[in-house]
Amino acid sequence: MRTLRFLLQKEFRQIFRDPSILRIILIMPVIQLLILPWAADYEMKNIKLAVVNQDGSEYARQLVNKITSSGYFELTAYTASYDEVLREVEKDNADVVLQIPVQFEKKLVKEDEAALFMAVNAINGVKAGIGSAYLRSIIQDYNREVRLEWIQMPRFSTETQVAITSSNWFNPLMNYKYFMVPGILVILLTMVGTNLAAINIVKEKEIGTIEQINVTPVKKYHFILGKLIPFWILGLLVLTIGLIISRLFYGILPAGSFLTIYVFAAVYLLAVLGLGLLLSTYSTNQQQAMLLSFFLMMIFILLGGLYTSIDSMPEWAKWITRFNPVSYFIEVMRMVILKGSTLADIKSHLLIMSGFAIGFNAWAVISYRKRS
Amino acid sequence: MNAVVVENIIKTYGKKKEVQALDDISFEVNKGELFGLIGPDGAGKTSLFRILTTLLLADSGTAKVDSLDVVKDFKAIRKRVGYMPGRFSLYQDLSVEENLEFFATIFNTSIDENYDLIKDIYVQIEPFRKRKAGKLSGGMKQKLALSCALIHRPSVLFLDEPTTGVDAVSRKEFWEMLKGLKQQGITMLVSTPYMDEAALCDKVALIQKGKILSIDTPVGITEKFGRPLMAVRSSRMLQLLQQVKELPGVQDAYPFGEYHHVVLKEDDAVAPLLDFIRTRKDEGAEITVVTPDIEDCFIALMKTDT
Repeated sequence: MRTLRFLLQKEFRQIFRDPSILRIILIMPVIQLLILPWAADYEMKNIKLAVVNQDGSEYARQLVNKITSSGYFELTAYTASYDEVLREVEKDNADVVLQIPVQFEKKLVKEDEAALFMAVNAINGVKAGIGSAYLRSIIQDYNREVRLEWIQMPRFSTETQVAITSSNWFNPLMNYKYFMVPGILVILLTMVGTNLAAINIVKEKEIGTIEQINVTPVKKYHFILGKLIPFWILGLLVLTIGLIISRLFYGILPAGSFLTIYVFAAVYLLAVLGLGLLLSTYSTNQQQAMLLSFFLMMIFILLGGLYTSIDSMPEWAKWITRFNPVSYFIEVMRMVILKGSTLADIKSHLLIMSGFAIGFNAWAVISYRKRS
Repeated sequence: MNAVVVENIIKTYGKKKEVQALDDISFEVNKGELFGLIGPDGAGKTSLFRILTTLLLADSGTAKVDSLDVVKDFKAIRKRVGYMPGRFSLYQDLSVEENLEFFATIFNTSIDENYDLIKDIYVQIEPFRKRKAGKLSGGMKQKLALSCALIHRPSVLFLDEPTTGVDAVSRKEFWEMLKGLKQQGITMLVSTPYMDEAALCDKVALIQKGKILSIDTPVGITEKFGRPLMAVRSSRMLQLLQQVKELPGVQDAYPFGEYHHVVLKEDDAVAPLLDFIRTRKDEGAEITVVTPDIEDCFIALMKTDT
């Protein structure tokens, strides 16, 4: 016990003496949580629209007005020449091109039917998809208006119509920040856990102090606990800072209890710290440890359900996410914060995470050797 | 009573065991002895120390420290040996005092308890006890490392190249400190690439390419040299070496400081050499008889070995 106490004392002394660690722990969450949620926005705005208006009629002008006033589009070019607009696309000045052909109005009035042409710059797939969908729905809207103008509607519609009203459960305003912020917080915690722990131990290897410790009677589990506990506490501190920021800047107050979050985070931190320890036993210098944890981080983030929904991933990717601790924590955070899930609801998550924690740590303890 | 017993230790590195670090090494160190392990870089000194301090497993052979087996009783050994690695490996971001305190506590002791042992060394760095270890000068780092290795009053102390990269004055001081520790009854194994330090040990083992060439007291080793040794010099040293090597009765000649040392095959082979030197008087040629030191012995042993 006394040995462990002194190991901890030494570890904390070193942490508090290293200004870069403190900066990482205190400033990183603040900056990331204040900036990232605003940038990681799914809503598409400012889609650059180029219009080729070869008709010049009243209807055509009305249509363009309607599109630009929707707020999603920014009119960057308005000409009568398709070639000219294509050049704008090449220069990346236009994402979507709408061509209103000659005699658009005439055909619409005379033949009850007119064609429009839409060309999309598909280099950015997301933007192209969403942009053309927006445009299509605006045009459909416009179409209905035109018809309303012409046809004297009968009292009861002759066509059967289905009207849809939707209500968004758990996040009524569909505020994307409500589910982004908890996710980013999870990533932060993972980084503090894996990176800091791994680099800390590898640093001892590099300087040679680990050798000096190895010739002492310090027990293996004492040494490992001496490394785990400080970063475990730091992780919970980061979580607290993150939750305070979420409350202050985004008004996010968990629908569930803080206790549920902390209980899960405590187990989760053990798992990622175990992973950090494991990385450190397999790397001989800080560079290796850094690269390894970067590699894992990429996989964790992209296959963790932070930006893309796990449900829409291919079957094999779904399997990978099952071995990704991050995906469980992101899910739990969203469940607790948005839905108000209780410990009973996240029982299976907690169980799996305990499995991760035990697995990673056991593996790390076994592969850490005091002698070679 | 032997403090360290090494029997037929073999250690190889590499997947195909192609690097032979220690090749069937055996020796003994008596209690309270200052034992020197002398050899060039890559001779296997560090590997041997790491085996004896239970950090490394040998391929075969047995080793005992304080009658404890390094494989079976490694836990007990770790409690009673001190190890000062060749590279400064204390916590640079902890102060002098904190480092010492840390190593005292993990050995379940305290600075006060063993202060008398490190007092002579520690007083020299005590004025800087609040300074971070990383900010100390080379000589002071070395003193701190020695203090930390001693704080638990080890019965055997392993010092791996403690004087490498340290200036001549500090080196001398350091050996004085070791002599002081000998009075306290601590057995010490010191490795060094400096031949001149061998004379300061009670007993030395000359080691080269994983093999022990000779083990004896420093005097014993030089006495075994057994051949006449001369030192020659002139204003044209390079030419002189070439010419001397070709003389009859000359076993070996090699540069040695300001002189070339010439080893003769037998006592009466000295005449041709004297004659030769006399013909080179105009080049300021000189010749003197010298008593061989450890370095001469090492060179001779190295050459007979290959």
